[in-house]
Amino acid sequence: MSLADSKIRTQDIAHDEQQDYLWTLNFGPQHPATHTTLRIVMKLEGERVVDAMPDIGYLHSGFEKIGESLDYNQYVTVTDRMNYISPTANNIAWHGAVEKLLGIEITPRCKYIRTIIAELQRISDHLLCNGAVGLDSGAFTFFLYAFNKREDIYDIMETLCGARFTHSYTRTGGLSQDFTPLVVEKIRNFCKTFPKVLDDMERLLNRNRIFVDRTKGVGILTREEALSRSATGPIARASGVTRDLRKDEPYLAYSDFDFTVPCMKQGDCFARYLVRQAEMRESLKIIQQAIENVPAGPINVSLDERMTLPSKKMVYMTIEGTINHFELAMTNRGFETPHEESYGAVEAPNGELGFYLVGDGTDVAYRARCRPPSYIHFAMFPHLIRGHTLSDVVAVLGSLNIIAAELDR
Amino acid sequence: MPVASAETLRALELSIGSLGQSEFRGQTRVVVAREQLAAAFTTLRDARGFDLLVDVTCVDYLNYRDAEHRFGLVYQLANVTTNERITLRVYLDEPDLTVTSATGWWEGANWMEREVWDMFGITFAGHPDHRRILCPDEFTAHPLRKDYPLQGRGERHNFPVLTRNQA
Amino acid sequence: MAVDLPENVVVSKLDELASWCRKNSLWPMPFATACCGIELMATGASKHDIARFGAEVFRFSPRQCDLMIVAGRVVMKMLPVLQRIWQQMNEPKWCISMGACASTGGVFDTYSVVQGIDRFIPVDMYIPGCPPRPEQLIQAVIDLQDKIQREGTMSGREFDTAERQQRKRALIELPVGPAVGMGTAGPFTASLPRT
Repeated sequence: MSLADSKIRTQDIAHDEQQDYLWTLNFGPQHPATHTTLRIVMKLEGERVVDAMPDIGYLHSGFEKIGESLDYNQYVTVTDRMNYISPTANNIAWHGAVEKLLGIEITPRCKYIRTIIAELQRISDHLLCNGAVGLDSGAFTFFLYAFNKREDIYDIMETLCGARFTHSYTRTGGLSQDFTPLVVEKIRNFCKTFPKVLDDMERLLNRNRIFVDRTKGVGILTREEALSRSATGPIARASGVTRDLRKDEPYLAYSDFDFTVPCMKQGDCFARYLVRQAEMRESLKIIQQAIENVPAGPINVSLDERMTLPSKKMVYMTIEGTINHFELAMTNRGFETPHEESYGAVEAPNGELGFYLVGDGTDVAYRARCRPPSYIHFAMFPHLIRGHTLSDVVAVLGSLNIIAAELDR
Repeated sequence: MPVASAETLRALELSIGSLGQSEFRGQTRVVVAREQLAAAFTTLRDARGFDLLVDVTCVDYLNYRDAEHRFGLVYQLANVTTNERITLRVYLDEPDLTVTSATGWWEGANWMEREVWDMFGITFAGHPDHRRILCPDEFTAHPLRKDYPLQGRGERHNFPVLTRNQA
Repeated sequence: MAVDLPENVVVSKLDELASWCRKNSLWPMPFATACCGIELMATGASKHDIARFGAEVFRFSPRQCDLMIVAGRVVMKMLPVLQRIWQQMNEPKWCISMGACASTGGVFDTYSVVQGIDRFIPVDMYIPGCPPRPEQLIQAVIDLQDKIQREGTMSGREFDTAERQQRKRALIELPVGPAVGMGTAGPFTASLPRT
C-alpha cells in the first residue's frame, strides 16, 4: 500500500456536480508546517478552503495498549513521549491519577516541587506554541527568542534530573530527585530574566501589523462551540470559557498561590496567542511565590505506605528498608491497587489532561486511558478553517498546538 | 474532584428510573441501561447544565475479576458553571455492541466515539462519520480488546522491503 | 615515469574527489515524526549549529536531498510514506536512523510500531539515545562523512555490493501465534512475519 493508492476520501466531502470546479489539495503527512505528522485533505475554491478532512494516525503507537503491560512506575517513561513539548506535565498528570486511584496523599514538599515544575513546563509549552505560530506566520526572530528561553528550561531540568528532554521525573508517591541549591538558584535566575524576554516578545508581535492581520478574526471559536466540542485549556479560555482546573478543582499546591486565569472573548487565533502570553506571566507569578516557600521535609511518602523505593542507606541499615525494597523490586510483588476505576485530571498546558485508570489489584493498570487535549482540539480544525484561505491553515494549526504524539498516542 | 449534586441525581433518577450509583475517590458514577442513554443525555445536558463532554472511553472486562459484562463504556461529563462532574457507565455484551451516539448532544463526541469504534469495535448508532481514525482503514482487528496481543499479529511487518538497488 | 607537476596541482583518484565533494555538502531531509524531531531542530539551531559540518541545508522536498534523517518512531501507517519518500530521493543518498525508536522500535514494542526501519529501507548510520543529544547527531554526520570518504566511488558501485542488498534485522521477531477470529482477509490481516 502506498500513499497514492490509499484512497482520498472524496466521498466524505460534500460532492455534487456544482462543486466540480473545486480542487483537492493534500497537506502532509510529511510537511514542515504540520510540525509533526498529520495529514489534511482540503477542498479548495481558488485559495479558499471549502472543506478540510483531517486524517490522523500516522504516529499511532499503541500507548494505551502498552499501559496495560507496564507497571505504574515504568509507564511514566511512556507519558514523557506523549506531549514531548512539556514532558513533565504529563508525568505529573499520570502520577496524579495513579495516586488518586491508590488513595495516597503526597508530601507538602513534593506538592510544591511538582507545582513549580508543572508551571515551568507550561511556560516551555506556551513558548514553543506561540513561537511556532510566529514562525509559521513569518516572524522568525520571535521563534528564536522563544526557543532560546526554552533552552534555559532544558538546562534547569537537566540539572534537576539528568535528562535534557524526556525527564520521567515523578514516581508513585514522590519524585525521582529532590531540589538541590543549584536548581533553586537556576530557577530564581530564570524568574529574573524571563519577564524581560516576555516583554521583548510582546513588543515584537502584539502590534505587528502582519501578525495581527494574519491572526485576528481567523479561526473563530465561539463559547457555545468551544463547550459543545469539548475544548479545554487556553483554547477554551480564549473563547470565554472560564474553566481552569487549577482554580476549579485545586490540586497539588495551587490553592496556596495568588494568580489569575486569563480569559478572552474573541476566540480567534490572536486571542489564543494573547491568552498563552498572559498565562506565562501568571505561571511566572506562581513559580516566584512557590520557589521561596518550598516546605522542608521528605519528597516521598513514608515507608509505611510501601509505595516508594527506600534510600540505599535505609536498605542497608534497617530491616524495614530491606523488606520494602525487596517487596517493591520483585516483579511478582509490587504494591497493591484497589479493584476500582478512577479518573484523575490536571490542567496541562494544552488543556485538561486526564487518565482513566482501572486497577485490578496488581501494580499494572488493567486499562490506562489518556484523555489527550490535542486529539480533542484537532477535531475542531475543519470547523475553524472552513471559509478561510490556505495560508490561514498554518496559523490555525499552530494556535491549536497540535502535538502528533499526543494526538495519535 | 467535585461530586454530582443530589439534585442532579434526583433529576436523573426521575428520567431513567433506578441508578446503579456508586462513589469512589470523590467521583459519582451512574450505571445507565443502553436504551436509556439518550434520556440520560437529554436530562443532564438540558435540565442540569452538563455542557462539557470531557471524555468517552471504553474498558474491555474480558479477564477482569468479578466482571459481569464484556465492555463498559465510560462517559465523563462536567458542568462548567457549577463544576459538577458525573461519570456514566454503559455495559455492553457481544454480539450486540451498538449504542446511541452522543454526537447529537455534544459535537465533541465525534472523534472520541470514532476512537472507541477503532479500538474496541463498539458501533455508535447515528454517528455522522463512522470510520476508523487511528489505525489504517484496511486494519481488521480492534487493538485495545484484551484478546488482541500487545505485539499484534504481524501486521507491523507486513510490508515490502526496499533494498539498496531497488531505490 | 616521472612527471613534473606544476605548482597548485594535486594528484588524486577521481573516486576520492567525488566522495570529498559529496561528503561536505550533505543536504538532509528531516523525516521528523516524534520527540527526536525537536532535538533535530535544536541541532540545526544556533547553539549546536550543524552548518559547521556542511549539512545545514534542510530541504523538505525529497528530490533536493541526499541524506534522510529519520527522527522518531515509524508506525505501520507511516511506513509506506517513508518508503515513497526514500524512493523519491536522488542518488547518491544515505540514511541516518536517529534514536532508539527508528532503529529498533525503542520502548514501543506494540502492534503498530515498526521494529526498526532497517527492515524495510537501507540504513547507513544508527544513533542510540531516546532522544539522542544534538552532539550525537553531529557525531553521526561526521561518521557518515568518514564512511563516504572511505568507500565512496564515482560510479556508486559500492551500493551494488551484495552486503548492501541485505535486509538488516536489529531484532529477531519471535513468531506470533495463530490469529484469533475477528476480521476478514486483507493487507493488514494477521500474517506470520517473513523470515
